[in-house]
Amino acid sequence: MLAFTIRRVFQSFVVLLVVGLVAFSMFRFVGDPIENMLGQERTGADIERLRTQLGLDQPFPVQYLRFLEGAVQGNFGVSYRQGRPVAEIIGERLPATLELAGVSAVLAIFFGLVLGVFTAIRRDGWAANTIMTLSLVGVSLPTFLIGILLIYVFAVELNVLPSFGRGEVIDLGWWRTGFLTESGLKALILPSITLGLYQMTLIMRLVRSEMLEVLRQDYIRFARARGLKEKSVLFRHALKNTLVPVITVTGLQLGAIIAFAIITETVFQWPGVGLLFINAIQFVDIPVMAAYLMLISVLFVAINLVVDLLYFVIDPRLRGDRVTAKG
Amino acid sequence: MTALAQAWRSDFMWSFRHSPVAVVSFFMVLVLVSGAVFAPLVAPHNPFDPASLNLMNGFSQPMQPNAFTGDVFWLGTDDQGRDVFSTILYGMRISLFVGFCAVLFAMVLGVTLGLIAGYSGGMVSTVIMRIADVQLTFPAILVAMLIFGIAKGFTPVHLRDQMAIWVLILAIGLSDWVQFARVVRGATMVEKRKEYVQAAHLNGRKAVGIMIRHILPNVVGPVLVIATISLALAIIAEATLSFLGVGAPPTQPSLGTLIRIGQGFLFSGEWWILFFPAVTLLALALSVNLLGDWLRDVLNPRLR
Amino acid sequence: MAKSVLSVRDLVVEIPTRHAVLRPVDKVSFDIAAGEILGVVGESGAGKSMTGNAVIGLLDRPAHIASGEIWLNGQRVDNLRRDQIRSVRGKEIGMVFQDPLTSLNPLLPIGEQLTETILEHLPVSKQEAEDRAVAALEEVGIPAAAARINSYPHEFSGGMRQRVVIALALCAEPSLVIADEPTTALDVSVQAQIIALLKQLCRERGTAVMLVTHDMGVIAEAVDRVAVMYAGRLAELGPVREVLTRPAHPYTRGLMASTPLASKGHTRLNQIPGAMPPLARLPKGCAFHPRCPEVQDKCLSDPGPTLSGCGGRAACWFATEEVA
Repeated sequence: MLAFTIRRVFQSFVVLLVVGLVAFSMFRFVGDPIENMLGQERTGADIERLRTQLGLDQPFPVQYLRFLEGAVQGNFGVSYRQGRPVAEIIGERLPATLELAGVSAVLAIFFGLVLGVFTAIRRDGWAANTIMTLSLVGVSLPTFLIGILLIYVFAVELNVLPSFGRGEVIDLGWWRTGFLTESGLKALILPSITLGLYQMTLIMRLVRSEMLEVLRQDYIRFARARGLKEKSVLFRHALKNTLVPVITVTGLQLGAIIAFAIITETVFQWPGVGLLFINAIQFVDIPVMAAYLMLISVLFVAINLVVDLLYFVIDPRLRGDRVTAKG
Repeated sequence: MTALAQAWRSDFMWSFRHSPVAVVSFFMVLVLVSGAVFAPLVAPHNPFDPASLNLMNGFSQPMQPNAFTGDVFWLGTDDQGRDVFSTILYGMRISLFVGFCAVLFAMVLGVTLGLIAGYSGGMVSTVIMRIADVQLTFPAILVAMLIFGIAKGFTPVHLRDQMAIWVLILAIGLSDWVQFARVVRGATMVEKRKEYVQAAHLNGRKAVGIMIRHILPNVVGPVLVIATISLALAIIAEATLSFLGVGAPPTQPSLGTLIRIGQGFLFSGEWWILFFPAVTLLALALSVNLLGDWLRDVLNPRLR
Repeated sequence: MAKSVLSVRDLVVEIPTRHAVLRPVDKVSFDIAAGEILGVVGESGAGKSMTGNAVIGLLDRPAHIASGEIWLNGQRVDNLRRDQIRSVRGKEIGMVFQDPLTSLNPLLPIGEQLTETILEHLPVSKQEAEDRAVAALEEVGIPAAAARINSYPHEFSGGMRQRVVIALALCAEPSLVIADEPTTALDVSVQAQIIALLKQLCRERGTAVMLVTHDMGVIAEAVDRVAVMYAGRLAELGPVREVLTRPAHPYTRGLMASTPLASKGHTRLNQIPGAMPPLARLPKGCAFHPRCPEVQDKCLSDPGPTLSGCGGRAACWFATEEVA
């Protein structure tokens, strides 16, 4: 297990280095950083000074290393558009995205599991069939249309929920949360449903197909032959085995939620890092784009690592610390 | 060979005729695509010809005569008096153009890289497939956004709106080549081990040409299926990017851009400016998707 | 005959398909007494396992019992509701499956799988259930049972796992055990051990056993009576010595001749020409007639006598006349 963990950490490290190279190349080669920073009024001396200051006169590998060094310390330079350190801007906006993504993930996993199990157990029932048909439509619906539909129904027609923003937030010093006010919680409802719905559909369909597969296994037959209650067969024996493959995909989906938050945040004008990223693309604000890329990669890689380690918790066959008895 | 081809074709046609979903979605796609292709002939107005626009016609409701001019527009007009039906036809033209070109680009790139990776093996294969793996770690839409952003950075400012469509094609295409490469690489590796390739080697002939001739027919089925499903995904990706404001510009609006514009009128009650483009996008994406699903079942290549 | 634990009367299992209704089990009748081991033999697809599954109520849809009766300890069990049959399973009928690698849940320690079964069927406390689980493992010959109670299935070898499966089948003290090819998936070296263990445990407890197998060696070694099945029907039923030494049905004779054990002295094994027809294409008359060396005109049109619980020994026109 230790060897496996070390190998996975190493692989994650390589992925981050590659992404770092992409981010750095963007920074270095897209447009001219000097031009972007100094604007119109500049002298030759200014340019030279900045060039040395930024280390642009150094060889490429050295520049890359210095970029990585800065990135590790959270230093991604200054936003071309806002003129403030990128790390500061992202730090302000990250809580909004994480709160939105977190609530969506919980919704997606909870309903995905429940509906997936339900449709697997009642696989010929009308309710299960209806859910499956609806989920097909759900997969084809672009996220932003779901958001607009929800806004139309709940904000325009019924006028019960806000259509944009986070509502009132409370500043905890290092984290501004929307969880503690009524308007903050209300503002969270539509965006989190929008963001979670697609992932929920995917998780549901996956749980269903895995569960049906598990229910065909011999040990389920054997559990029935031992006269165990159907509830115990389904939830104690079948569900746990279903979870093993489900965890990987779900883990990847969680990463995807943070990425798809870009769309939801734009629809609902949610002041998170996704909206920041879209604005950065519109204005070609390279430092913000590069920093966002690094941030997302770190999150993805971290999630993947956690998922891999979760396997060990749930599947005893992977834990190599016991001796197999011969007999 | 012709007999075989005929048998395959008739089998194919048989399952097509016996699948109502396939028939309905095929005709849906056919209608939508012809509407887009023949937009200049079909559309009652040219929404991009300032001469034909009348600001007095702004915000006409669907099917009702305009209060000032008395003109009737089937699906209403937007704030500038542009006929929604016409803008949808022209918008679909752009959506489909971007979708088709992006998939074509992804297909050519993916098939080529897949052939190279499968045939050469070793370092080249490892590098190509590693890039594919890293790219697959991230959702395609994110990759497309990033590529769009970078490509935009390279485009001179005054050309950005003009180039946006091509940048969009590049971004979506680059985000979508991996599936093609994987399938073709697998097929190539299987083919490489076959005797005729070994024999060609022994005869001192170049096996590459022969292999391509043998491999390509084998991968036509899976590649076609991936391409169809990719087309649905590309259409949605294009719409999403344009909706987010990082795609087709307002001067060349695609369906996504139209929805972005329409969202602004949601609260003021002019629902039709948003509603009809959204329904069109849905119909397009859904019918292409269903057609792809059906193709996959019929051609039954072992796809994930 | 001692009082029967299991009585099966004219059991018919049907599978409706698009073209026809298949009968994988057709009018099968037999009894098993307490402490008795009945061997059920036949080729794959003869209906052996299907009969076992019908008895324990685990037929996979769309297969179902179309007619006939199954009596267990004087109670009719073939028409029980789902929740009622569940309390019969495990409690009164234990089941051992073919492959011990797949019949244990890989994610639960074996001790938990034992205690959950015991708690389901016996009125004991959790602590008692755990003690019984250890005892059950000791009985099936798992060394250091108390220490291994928290081990997972993958930590045992195939033979050991089948012992665990047997412990699971017996832990609620059922009066009948259905063992469906319990040794087929095991190494040859441990097959005999497992059969001996099963035999010993059931003898000690007076448990009736239905041992489904296609291994004539196992039959000769372990069972008291043997039932031979062919194409869903019972071909022959009788005490194991009789059937092995003086088979009455032409099919049984062929089976014996093709088994190394029964063809003593012969250096070359005989084989029955042809193969068992698929259920969808059974011939008219006796299902065995196309392969039967003793076929007569009568066999082509008439399926022959059906064996009832106490009737003749073989379901063949000519065997019946001969033996009776």
